[in-house]
Amino acid sequence: YINLLILIPFIGFLVFLPWANRIEPYVLGLPFFLFWLLFWMIISPLLLIVVYKFDPANK
Amino acid sequence: MNISLGIISFFLLLALFLGIQSTRGKKMSMEQWTVGGRGFGTIFVFFLIAGEVYTTFTFLGGSGWAYSRGAAAYYVPAYIFLAYILSYWFAPKIWKYCKERNLISQPDYFAAKYNSRSLGVLVAIVGCVATVPYIVIQFKGLGIIVSQASYGSITPTVASCIGALVVTIYVMVSGIHGSAWTAIIKDFMIIIVVIFLGLYIPFHYFDGIKPMFEAVESAKPELLTLQDQGFSNSWFISTVIINAIGFYILPTSFMVILSAKNEKSLRKNAITLPFYTILLVFIFFIGFSAVIIAPGLENGDLSLLHLAIKTFDPWVIGIIGAAGLLTALVPTSVMLMASAAGLTQNLYKVIVPKASDKHLLVVSKIFIVLIGGVALLFTLSDGDAMALLNIMAYSLIIQLAPTAFFSLLKKNYVTKYGAFTGIIAGEIVVLYMSITGATISQFLPFVPQWIKDINGSLIALLINIIVMFVVSLVTKKKATINNDYIGREVIS
Repeated sequence: YINLLILIPFIGFLVFLPWANRIEPYVLGLPFFLFWLLFWMIISPLLLIVVYKFDPANK
Repeated sequence: MNISLGIISFFLLLALFLGIQSTRGKKMSMEQWTVGGRGFGTIFVFFLIAGEVYTTFTFLGGSGWAYSRGAAAYYVPAYIFLAYILSYWFAPKIWKYCKERNLISQPDYFAAKYNSRSLGVLVAIVGCVATVPYIVIQFKGLGIIVSQASYGSITPTVASCIGALVVTIYVMVSGIHGSAWTAIIKDFMIIIVVIFLGLYIPFHYFDGIKPMFEAVESAKPELLTLQDQGFSNSWFISTVIINAIGFYILPTSFMVILSAKNEKSLRKNAITLPFYTILLVFIFFIGFSAVIIAPGLENGDLSLLHLAIKTFDPWVIGIIGAAGLLTALVPTSVMLMASAAGLTQNLYKVIVPKASDKHLLVVSKIFIVLIGGVALLFTLSDGDAMALLNIMAYSLIIQLAPTAFFSLLKKNYVTKYGAFTGIIAGEIVVLYMSITGATISQFLPFVPQWIKDINGSLIALLINIIVMFVVSLVTKKKATINNDYIGREVIS
């Protein structure tokens, strides 16, 4: 079931994309839509690290 | 020869030298040549997969899309990072299956999973037909980058021919080993060049990233978000999903999976590669900067090179040109090899089943020359057939995705007949839509705009899946799949 974490980036990024499709507010100097993309590009591999940690195939 | 062309020539010779040297002390068998004897650790696999992402698109299309289409360009890093996330789940499964059965190419995998030589032949042909346009794009991109970066002292045609010759030589000599070593210098150069350009240009012209985006917002605010129609939310989401599914179905990505030493190195790469994709955002910074600094460019794809030439001395342009050259050579080498290995294992070996390993290696190298030659001819001729192939290349490959997905399930409901007819049905729809230019809005003029904007490849994929299931239901009793006792020596 830990592998279901892999689905979080798909759901989080794609389902809420219409909401994130805007310029304001700027975050870290980036328009919000670009920040939204970067946020998921960084969060996703961090989630995978959790999966990797608990995946019995790696022990 | 100017200094810029001198630097580019030096890196071309370095790539050739590294490519040829990389096989020292190794006995070349078919497995060693195509998948490096399955001995590549995390770092080599990282650079090879990253090599598939940072192609000539990095220097031309990436900034070009940001320049002319704005936020629509974000679909590229979006689908790539989602493809990496997906690969955590399926790449180790594919690797393990192929390792146990000594399979060395994508068509081998399909043929073994469905116990069908015909399916292997079909996948090899689809893979080759869809890969040639990508090789042509790389050759053309190489010609444009080298010609521009050398201030026109070499024509795009001559640059493409020299690049094609070099890549053909080192692939024939060293196979995937040459690609791996060249990928390492390529990626180090890409990291330096892209981060430097992506930060220097906005800070030099605007005093920062935020002021640059604020300038774009004042001049062309529509570039910073997706549009209400056309490049809209539904276009973006459907395109990202299709491309994410298709990324590892590309014969090249598939081959890199098989070259890994173990499952762990694939999982580690699924974790690290999304971070590397962030580099593409720096490319977008350059494209957005060009919107303000160089408005009205006829060809947006040249925005990065245009800004670089306007801003830097020739020696810097030489380094940028050399990095661009390497972004063409590395992916092309893997594309050539994946196509040649697929045709050798699943077309030639079906015709000559008793061919020895040494014999097959020679045949693979002949296929390399043939495929490279055909791609170069298309590059130089610039005909309509190639333009059509370019449009549908990814759609052709994506039709293999449903068959591949169901092959990963413990209980596979799809029969070899269902898989074969599903792929054929999908390819026919792709051909029809590409040749006639048909779109969803033509089929369904009464539906809401968001449905009209959905990527047309989804239609072919849906028809593929429906046909696959119907035929599988009808042929369930006829097809008895035994996945456990099929290997390269049995299917051949």
